[in-house]
Formats: sequence, C-alpha cells, structure tokens
Amino acid sequence: MSDNNWIEIGKVEDIPRQGARVVTRAEGDIAIFRTVDDEIFALRDKCPHKGGPLSQGIVHGKRVACPLHDWKIHLDSGHAVAPDEGCAARFPVKVEGGVIQLSLTPDEGCPNK
Amino acid sequence: MKEKLVLIGNGMAGVRALEELLKLAPEQYDITVFGGEPYGNYNRILLSPVLAGEKTIDEIMLNDEQWYVDNNITLHKGKWVEDVNRAQRVVRATDGTEEKYDRLIIATGSSPFIIPIPGNEFEGVIAFRDIANVDTMLVAAKKEGGKAVVIGGGLLGLEAANGLMKQGMDVTVVHLMDTLMERQLDKPAGALLKASLEEKGMKFLMEAQTEAVLGKDKVESVRFKDGLEIPADIVVMAVGIKPNIELAKKIGVHCERGIVVSDTMQTFDPRIYSVGECLQHRGQTYGLVAPLFEQAKVCANHLAHLGIARYEGSVTSTKLKVTGIDLFSAGDFQGGDDTEELVLQDPGRGVYKKVVLRDHRIIGAVMYGDTIDGTWYFELLRDSTDVSDIRDHLLFGQAHLGDSGHGDDNRVAAMADTAEICGCNGVCKGEIVAAITKKNLFTLDDVRAHTKASSSCGSCTGLVEALLAHTLGGDYSESPAKKPLCGCTEFTHDEIRAGLRDNELKDIPAVLQFFEWRTPDGCARCRPALNYYLLCQWPGEFRDDSQSRFINERAHANIQKDGSYSVIPRMWGGETTPAELKAIAEVAEKYKVKTVHITGGQRISLFGLQKEELPKIWGDLSKAGLVSGHAYGKALRTVKTCVGREWCRFGTQDSTQMGIDLEKMTWGSWTPHKYKMAVSGCPRNCAEATIKDFGVVCVDSGYELQVGGNGGIKVRVTDYLCSVETAENVKEYAAAYMQLYREEAHYLERTAPWLERVGLTYVKEKIVEDEEGRKALAERFLYAQKFAQDDPWAERAEGGEAHEFTPIKQVG
Ligand code: SRM
Ligand SMILES: Cc1cc2nc3c(=O)[nH]c(=O)nc-3n(C[C@H](O)[C@H](O)[C@H](O)COP(=O)(O)OP(=O)(O)OC[C@H]3O[C@@H](n4cnc5c(N)ncnc54)[C@H](O)[C@@H]3O)c2cc1C
Ligand code: SF4
Ligand code: FES
Repeated sequence: MSDNNWIEIGKVEDIPRQGARVVTRAEGDIAIFRTVDDEIFALRDKCPHKGGPLSQGIVHGKRVACPLHDWKIHLDSGHAVAPDEGCAARFPVKVEGGVIQLSLTPDEGCPNK
Repeated sequence: MKEKLVLIGNGMAGVRALEELLKLAPEQYDITVFGGEPYGNYNRILLSPVLAGEKTIDEIMLNDEQWYVDNNITLHKGKWVEDVNRAQRVVRATDGTEEKYDRLIIATGSSPFIIPIPGNEFEGVIAFRDIANVDTMLVAAKKEGGKAVVIGGGLLGLEAANGLMKQGMDVTVVHLMDTLMERQLDKPAGALLKASLEEKGMKFLMEAQTEAVLGKDKVESVRFKDGLEIPADIVVMAVGIKPNIELAKKIGVHCERGIVVSDTMQTFDPRIYSVGECLQHRGQTYGLVAPLFEQAKVCANHLAHLGIARYEGSVTSTKLKVTGIDLFSAGDFQGGDDTEELVLQDPGRGVYKKVVLRDHRIIGAVMYGDTIDGTWYFELLRDSTDVSDIRDHLLFGQAHLGDSGHGDDNRVAAMADTAEICGCNGVCKGEIVAAITKKNLFTLDDVRAHTKASSSCGSCTGLVEALLAHTLGGDYSESPAKKPLCGCTEFTHDEIRAGLRDNELKDIPAVLQFFEWRTPDGCARCRPALNYYLLCQWPGEFRDDSQSRFINERAHANIQKDGSYSVIPRMWGGETTPAELKAIAEVAEKYKVKTVHITGGQRISLFGLQKEELPKIWGDLSKAGLVSGHAYGKALRTVKTCVGREWCRFGTQDSTQMGIDLEKMTWGSWTPHKYKMAVSGCPRNCAEATIKDFGVVCVDSGYELQVGGNGGIKVRVTDYLCSVETAENVKEYAAAYMQLYREEAHYLERTAPWLERVGLTYVKEKIVEDEEGRKALAERFLYAQKFAQDDPWAERAEGGEAHEFTPIKQVG
C-alpha cells in the first residue's frame, strides 16, 4: 500500500473513549472507534445485518453493539460475533504521535464496503 | 507448557463442563477424555424417543468424534478407567492406557439399580441407561408378539414401557407402590396418567413385589410374591439409579452417597473435581440434566481460574416424555402441615393442576393435561415470589401465550412449521426446531442467539420454552437460584445495587473492579444498567457516562431504521398553545421534516432528521420554550390528561392541571424503564389512567391512585393503590412511588413486571402504610430532581457534547 493513501483525520482525544466518530465521504461513512485501552479501529459504518450505523453503538472490549438490533461486531476484523454472520469492511488505521491516520482503501475480503 | 486436564466419563455432565471451559479459556489445558462407552458424546435423555422409534441414534449425538479432533481433545473411547494414582497424578484404564493430569474431573454418572433377586443375571434382563440397552430392547422387540415386563413405574420405567409398546410389544409395568411416579406425582395426577396409558394399551400390575426371574440362561417369565407368574421375553429393570462412585471410593476420594464436593465442584482432593449424577452436594444428589449443566458451568469457571462462580444447589422440575401425555411437576408437591394447596380439577378436559404454597410462596406444583404454565410456576417457585396478589387467578395460568395473536393455539406440538412464533423478528416454528436439533441448542439463551426468536419484546418466551421442551423431549430450563445481571458477572441486579451502595462505589470502573467483572469494560447489557444504578444511588455526585448509554439516550433523540432521528418536545400534560404549535410548524418547514405525527402520548413528533442538524433544531425549539420530551429515554415520558372539570360536564377535579403539575415535578428523571402517567377527570377515564405506570382517576371525594399498568406488549390493568384527598397528597404519593421503583426495580423492568415480582402488598406497605417512609422516599425523589431537570436539548444547542453531532472529518 503506498503512503499517499493515508489521510490525517484527527487526534485520538477527538473521539470519546469507548465511543466513535464518523468520517463522512460520498461512498459511505467510515466509523472510527476508540476502545477503553485507546486502541483505534475503523470500519465501514454499516451493519451487516440491516445497515445500522455502527458508530452509534455501545463500544465494549473490542466490540461494538449495533444500535438497531444489537448484533455484536468485532472491531479488529469487522466480522459479526457468532452465531451471527456477516462483516463490515475494515479500513487500515495507524496512530502516530496521537494523530490518527486512515487509509481509504478497505481490506480485501468483505463485500460490505 | 499447558496444564493437563483429564476427564473420566464421557457423559452429558463431563463434556458439558469441557464445552463451558472451551468458551472461557480455550487455550488453557491439554484435554484428555476417557469414556466407557464406544462413542462420542450423546444425549442420554433422548434414548426414550429412540426406543419409541421417534428419533435415530445419529440424531441424538451431541458431539461426534470430529468435535474432539477439532478442539484438540484426546478421546479414549471405550476405555474404562480402573485406577488413579493420586500421588503421581496418573489415570490408568483397564487396557493399560495411562495419562498424567494436573487437574482431574470425575463424571462417572450413575449406574442402574438391579434388584437382588434370583435370575437377575439371565440374558434378557437389562436396565435402561445407554445405547447398548436400547439396542438389546430393539432386537427383542423384533420378535412377533414379544412380551416385555418393565419393573418400575417411575419416569424411566414408563418411558421404557411406552417405547417397547410402540415397537409392538405387549408390555406390563410392575410397580411396588399404588401410584405411578409417586416421586413426581400426587395420587390424582398419578391416576389420570395411569388411565391414559391404559387407554394406549399399557398393562399395569400395581403394589406387586417381584420375587424371581425364571428361565434357563434366558428369561422366560417373572414370578411375584403372591405367586402370580407372567411370561416375558425381556425384563427391564427401571427401579432407580445410584451414583457411580466405585472408582472414587477405590482411590480414596471422600464419598458418602455420592462423591462429596464443595460449592466449586471440588472433591476433598482439590485437584479433583466432580460433576454430574455421581456427586453429592450439600447432601443432595441429582438425576436430571439441568442441575448438571449448572454444575458444569461452575466447574469450568473454577478450572479457568476465574473463581467467581459457586454452585448453590438446584430445584428441579420434571416432564414425562411420552408423546401425547402432558405432565409436569416441580418442587415439593406433597406439602405438609404448614402448607396450603390450590387445586383445579377438570376431568372432562383431562386436566389436573395443583399448586402448593407455604408462606404465600409456591413450593411445588403438579400439572397434568395442561402443562403450558409449568415454566411460569417454576419461575415463581425459584424466585420465591410472593403470590398473594395473584392467588385468585394463579391456577388459570399466566396466559401470556395469547398476547401476540397466538390465541388459544398454545399446543406447540400441534402448530404448523410455518406458524410464526416470534412476531418481532418473524421467526417461525420450523426454523426454531431446525436450529435446536441441528445446532444442539439447549437453553432459551442459545435459541435467542441463533434464531433471534424471543430476543426482542420477549412475549413469545413461553412458546419458545415450550418448543424447546417439546423438541428436546425434556425441560432443560436452567434453574439458577439467582440470575446474574449479564454474562460478565455472577452477581444479580440486587446484589450489585446493594454492593455499590454499601461500599460507596461511585463510578463504573470501581464497580467492575469490586465485583471482579470478567470483561475489561463490561458489555452493552451491563454498562447501561450500571450507569443507571450509580446515577440513582448518587444523585449530584455521579457523572453520567454517556458512552454507557444506548444511542437514543446519548443523542437525546430516537434513532430510526434508516439512521435518521426523531424529535418530540414536551407538551405538559398534553396541553399546548398556538405559540408552541407555530414554533413546531416553523421548525418542520425550515428543516424539511418528512413526517409530522401526533403520537400515542398526546404530543407531536417530527421524523427523519439528520443527526448533525439536531442541535440547531433544538435551539429553535428552545427559543419557543419547548424542552426535550425524553421520548427516547428510560425516563419519565408523558403525562396524559383529559380536559377535566375545566370543560367537561362530568369532570370532578382539575385533571389537566394535576397532569401538568405531575409532569413538571417528574420530568427529566431517569427510571429503570420508561415511565408513563395519566390523570383522568372522572371514572370514565378518557386519559386511560388504568394502563399507566402511575395513574390518577379523579373522583368527587378526591383522587384514586392506580399503579403498575402497561398498555404495551402485554396489557396490564393497574392495581388500585389507595385514595387520597388533596392534590398535595397525589404529588407526594406519586413521587414516593416513582422513587421506590427507581430504587428497587431491575434495569429494563417496567413497573408492571416489577409490581408482579414484589407484590402489591409490599408496595402498599411502603407507600400507603408507612407514612414516614413515604415522605422520605418523596424527599429523596425531589432531591434527585434538583440535578435532573436541566433540559438536555438546550445544553446541546449551546454546544454541549459537540463531538456527538459532528463528523470527525469529511472527505471528498
Ligand atoms: C412515537 C410513538 C408512536 C407514535 O408515533 O405515536 C412511539 C414510538 C416508539 N415506541 Fe412506543 N411510541 C409511542 C407511544 C407508545 C404507547 C402509548 C402511550 O404512551 O400512551 C405505548 C403503550 C403504552 C405503554 O407503554 O404502556 C407504547 C409502547 C411501546 C413499547 C412496549 C412497552 C411495554 O412495556 O410493553 C415499546 C418497546 C419498549 O419500550 O421496549 C415501544 C417502543 C417504541 C420505540 C421507541 C421503538 C424503538 O426503540 O425505536 C418507537 C420509536 C419509533 C420511532 O421511530 O421513533 N413503545 N408506545 C409514541 C410516542 C409517545 C410519546 O409522545 O412519547
Ligand atoms: C432413558 C433416560 C431418560 C432420561 N430422561 C431425562 C429427562 O427427560 N430429563 C432429564 O433432565 N434427565 C433425564 N435423564 C437423566 C440424564 O440423562 C442424566 O441425568 C444425565 O445423562 C447424567 O449425566 P452424567 O454425565 O452425570 O452421567 P452419564 O451421562 O451417565 O455419563 C457418565 C459416563 O461415564 C462413563 N463412565 C463411568 N465410569 C467410568 C470409568 N470408570 N471409566 C470410563 N468411563 C466411565 C459411563 O460409561 C457414561 O458414559 C434420563 C436418563 C435416561 C437413561
Ligand atoms: S412505533 Fe411502536 S408499534 Fe409502531 S412499529 Fe415502532 S415500536 Fe412498533
Ligand atoms: S442493523 Fe445492525 S443489528 Fe440490525
């Protein structure tokens, strides 16, 4: 992946701990999550169940509970917690000096981009 | 290196403990299993339907051999363990196989009791315990006109007899007592059962004592004490089981009737655990699956070094798995001097129900013919609910099965596969049954996770439980003495509330630490509950944790299916003014609101708004004096009123003003679940006060106060609390009642189920009879309100929580 793919989106403190903010774009929003341990994850803001906005859910551990019907989604893989099946595409993120960098090229493998 | 765990006994309890352990700590142990039987793990309970030809052996396998491979478990099947060297920690099987262990589980189940009479060793004399026994019976049944004698008229004997009869044999059941299943049934129910089985063709020999089995090597007949002799090709002994403790005794592990274990399932040798029918806990042994599953959970928890679960014993319930016969019993149904019995007998319908009460609580129940309410009684029994207030209709059942349009169609067996069980998630019977059988589901929680049935409004829970019991042929409903708040903890709602109060825990991390939560930061079920409990306990001190609130409460608007939001401002007591209406109209036009709707709560809602615009809209509404209606919250919702004495020719009091006053007093308060009130000006009750959480019906002499109503999923009419004379009284009672609910109900429990759980008598004691207590409650309520009555909309319109409403970045 070439470096110019990364864009700066803001600082870690801009996102509430155990919460999320949204990066809006024409192709559909991306949800940026911050866990209780300050880990940052990025997923397509669209639940594999019926498209609920994952950014609005409750973040616990490395999971988010979808606000619409309570599916749980793994933040690190984008996959639904079994027995539910489906995924939300994962976007690469990195934190450098407290600043979050996001790549707009999703990982391969999940159709829900 | 990983620690080594060895399991002796490849049965239902032992393997269940492994499954629980794999869920908690999949990598912790190298696991080895010794099983005396030559298969993977199967569902012993379903041997009865196999014998009856309703199921095949393949269908009752719980974990086939591949499962052991997939989970890296070494399975020594068909190998009998004959010795354990506890000093060296080595297990040895009869064929010489040895395995070392760090921890050991003994789950050797029980052995059938064989009556010590001459001839009991003949070919054709068998027990009913395993697949081999069933195979023997099926071979015997092949013979044309074969005759079977089943000794024992208990659960097992009757299921064996029924199976053999279905296979075409001529079956006689011999019983020592005068009542069938005397351990589970009282006389009337036993008689009904006998009559229906006789109708199916079963023969009985009651109060008969078997003296000898006669034959030459092979059984030919059975002789009784009174001299009677009946021919038999096969004799099934089903007179009881005894814990299989031979091995444990031999290796010096302390045993009484069973292997003695502590609350953590450890034997006197702490490296050795025991689960299942072979153990004895607090003097009790168990012969049903539900308690074994609880033991398995606790054992796994301890093995995983979590060390927070304890087993405190179980109450069990029983169902007989004979198709076409509905029978249920639980607890102590014989009663004694200090008990009362409620009995319903309807021979015409073949229905018999008995509920035994002690101190206004159910301690036992027997039902025959109509068992649909069995799980309900069982729940009341386990929760030790005071039933004084529902005593008059207890025997008629909970009737919650009819709620979502299921009508009288409560016999799940007779329902078509396409019949919809869960109306919220559109799940039909066929799907649920398929999930239960294909995915080996046992509990309500399993079914909820896999099918979503009963996971939304919950009104179909009874049906799903009935389906589970019907499909599995047994009742597996877990019977924990207490229900934990969620999967992250073993503690109950009440324990946690008391704990955070007594130990002055004032934020969520402190609670998680104190109660040793299993997860680093809880889950979407416990965090909102804890947030509420803390907020209720420490008004003014606790800082609300918005990240532990559901989106609606966090954003102060209701999320819609398309991710947009709705806005519903307060209309005090359902009254509005032209100025307010104008402000709403202007907002609706300015923000191009798609739908303006008059709600079921006497106010106006605006639908389809984008999250980013909410603060601006709220700002505009704020200017006109409108505040949040909390239509999104577990909070005070609406206070509906009628026009009352001001205009109505029947009005007795100023119901509108009373409603407005109540709403002004209570708005902004958070509650365990949503809370609605209404005030009607006379008993015509146009404001529907008798289906509200708190209702006031004005009468000439004052006010009638009504509590615990619900107009939602399960309609419940309020209970009459008391009458009061003045408007001031009404407010005091309203505040006190609301505070009692706030302080004592479980999170997400509305007043109706709460009231049914604690009983109206209790609430009356606290609110009506105890004047001082009432005043103190009302005071605590008003104190908490000082910190609650800030309009969340105005705050956010002025820039509060801005991150909630703005994207972190826009690209493109
Ligand atoms: C807006 C409103 C419908 C309407 O347009 O009229 C409404 C809308 C919702 N109701 Fe309601 N209820 C509305 C009046 C009612 C009423 C009538 C009343 O209040 O007099 C009832 C029955 C009375 C009662 O509660 O006892 C009612 C019983 C429910 C229930 C069942 C509650 C129960 O305990 O059985 C739920 C589900 C729940 O809360 O778990 C529910 C849940 C919902 C939710 C919040 C579902 C959700 O989580 O998204 C709906 C939001 C719709 C949306 O898209 O925003 N709604 N709901 C009404 C708002 C009234 C208000 O002004 O605040
Ligand atoms: C026909 C029938 C119907 C039933 N119906 C119901 C019902 O409707 N509801 C209900 O709740 N319960 C029912 N039960 C009871 C239920 O099946 C038992 O409670 C449960 O299976 C006991 O589990 P367990 O693991 O303790 O013992 P088991 O399942 O008996 O497992 C013990 C295993 O250990 C093996 N073993 C023993 N000693 C050794 C050794 N030294 N070395 C190696 N292996 C050894 C045995 O071979 C056996 O496979 C029924 C039982 C039967 C037989
Ligand atoms: S508004 Fe109420 S009744 Fe209507 S669909 Fe939503 S929850 Fe169901
Ligand atoms: S849309 Fe996410 S759970 Fe339904």
